[in-house]
Amino acid sequence: MSALRRYIDKIKPNVEEGGKFHLFKSTFEAFETFLFVPNTVTKSGTHIRDAMDMKRTMFLVVIAMIPALLFGIWNTGYHHFLALGIDASFWEMIWYGFIRVFPIIVVSYVVGLGTEFVFAQIRGHEVAEGFLVSGMLIPLVMPVDVPLWMVALATVFAVIIGKEVFGGVGMNILNPALTARAFLFFAYPSQMSGDAVWIGGLRRGMETVDGFSGATILGQAAQNNSEFVNGIGEAYSSWNMFLGNIPGSIGETSTLAILLGAFILIATGVGSWKIIFSVFAGGAVMGLLLNTFAVNEFMEVPFWEHLLLGGFAFGAVFMATDPVSATQSERGKWIYGFLIGFLAILIRVLNPAYPEGVMLAILLMNVFAPLIDHYVVENNIRKRLKRAKVQA
Amino acid sequence: MTDKEPLFSAKNMKLLREPLGASNPITVQVLGICSALAITVKLEPSIVLAISVLVVMAVSNVVISLMRKIIPPRIRIIVQLVVIATMVILVDEVLQAYAYDVSKQLSVFVGLIITNCIIMGRLEAFALANKPWPAFLDGVGNAFGYGMILILVAFFRELLGSGTLLDIQIIPKAIYEMGYVNNGLMVLPPMALIVVGIFIWIQRSRNKDLIEQK
Repeated sequence: MSALRRYIDKIKPNVEEGGKFHLFKSTFEAFETFLFVPNTVTKSGTHIRDAMDMKRTMFLVVIAMIPALLFGIWNTGYHHFLALGIDASFWEMIWYGFIRVFPIIVVSYVVGLGTEFVFAQIRGHEVAEGFLVSGMLIPLVMPVDVPLWMVALATVFAVIIGKEVFGGVGMNILNPALTARAFLFFAYPSQMSGDAVWIGGLRRGMETVDGFSGATILGQAAQNNSEFVNGIGEAYSSWNMFLGNIPGSIGETSTLAILLGAFILIATGVGSWKIIFSVFAGGAVMGLLLNTFAVNEFMEVPFWEHLLLGGFAFGAVFMATDPVSATQSERGKWIYGFLIGFLAILIRVLNPAYPEGVMLAILLMNVFAPLIDHYVVENNIRKRLKRAKVQA
Repeated sequence: MTDKEPLFSAKNMKLLREPLGASNPITVQVLGICSALAITVKLEPSIVLAISVLVVMAVSNVVISLMRKIIPPRIRIIVQLVVIATMVILVDEVLQAYAYDVSKQLSVFVGLIITNCIIMGRLEAFALANKPWPAFLDGVGNAFGYGMILILVAFFRELLGSGTLLDIQIIPKAIYEMGYVNNGLMVLPPMALIVVGIFIWIQRSRNKDLIEQK
């Protein structure tokens, strides 16, 4: 450790003011603070500091995503061999999933951090840690068969248009990872939706067992099927949807793994339980309403299954709770979360052209978050003013 | 009319040049956005609309400037509208006669030139108070500034969204075979907004005068 410290101290003068490589100051600082806790002290005012700086916060979120990632890797392999009709062992499934998922993660991190570093150099600010989370979220919301160059393009778009134009980490209006997904969804619909993209290898014309279909459950529901089946025609139960051995984006299928992540986020205080809870509540209310007034098969899908399907749980736990793009006020979080769940199911069921209503609902409420905060604050001011007058 | 000004004096050239950059109607004044978003999917209609706006703007600026002393101030907006509407109808008729396909693609947007805020804005702000020649230059300058952005946006949107320019295939087949796919978002209106936004961003980072003081 001390050898590393000495080495960093040795190259430090080069990037200080007037040094040879001053241009790369922010790059250097990013690596230095990654390795060591910075020794800068606050110069003015009274502050309370603890060890939870931004890097540690972001890292906890990445840890919380690991169950979903591991499950996604297994699930990729599982569906690949299911389509091939081969009885593969657990480790063969893991290995296949790994060689398909790992490149997407690498592309997302390399391209995203590259863009971040370039911007940090041009604008002379520090490299912020925000991308540590986005870089993991982006692969988890991609279908496994997405071409890598599309991941790269979407990542660049998300970092520049989703974040840097607004002033960088902490200033963005929209969730960057969802911006990346929305970009691909509208730009390349045939690579991002449909029946063929969710199973590793299917889009490249792999030989499958007869009659294999890669349709997701939501895809089947949009066709007004009442019985949901897997690729070879076996029926799915709600339990399958909860465990997550169903086709879908890499990290979104397993509600169980996502709830593990939610537990980590809530226990460490990084994610707001109010948002997570109210998203599920909003989804359940809308689901119940649709069940009550059901006129087609899709509207009759039981409301609890909606909470297990598609990206609902993933969006609620990892996307809606993004502290930058969510509401800041505590009462606002209830409203914000509830409307996300409510709108997500509404879009999902009533507009089958967009089976992934969760993405659109979260992006929409991201835009409305400042407005919700404004009215919560205004309301509070009004209430307190009234109280003050009565006592005077 | 005391001292004769040369036709292309520095002041007059400024009228022509400013709207291309520092007071561009779209990227700086953010006027005429609706048509910039709606018809820039392809290059051809954008060029035609740019030319149409150029004609309407140049002529109506001159006409209003000639009449500036006899227009009663209280009904000036109506007079301006009548002049613009006459020009737009003429342009529309010419387009329908000689460029029917494009005219159909542009559909209502030719008619909507009447409501293009840039034209009304220049008539109010400039032609009503200036002589015909500067008014003409002002109209041409602003129409160029508007058309330039329109054509640039359409260039990127058609190239990336359809792989063509003026309906001629530009991106070679070989690249498609390697897995390249046209960007469907480029064809949708939101992307026009983002492309215009990127232009504004580039322009402001080069010209610091445009950045608002906090």
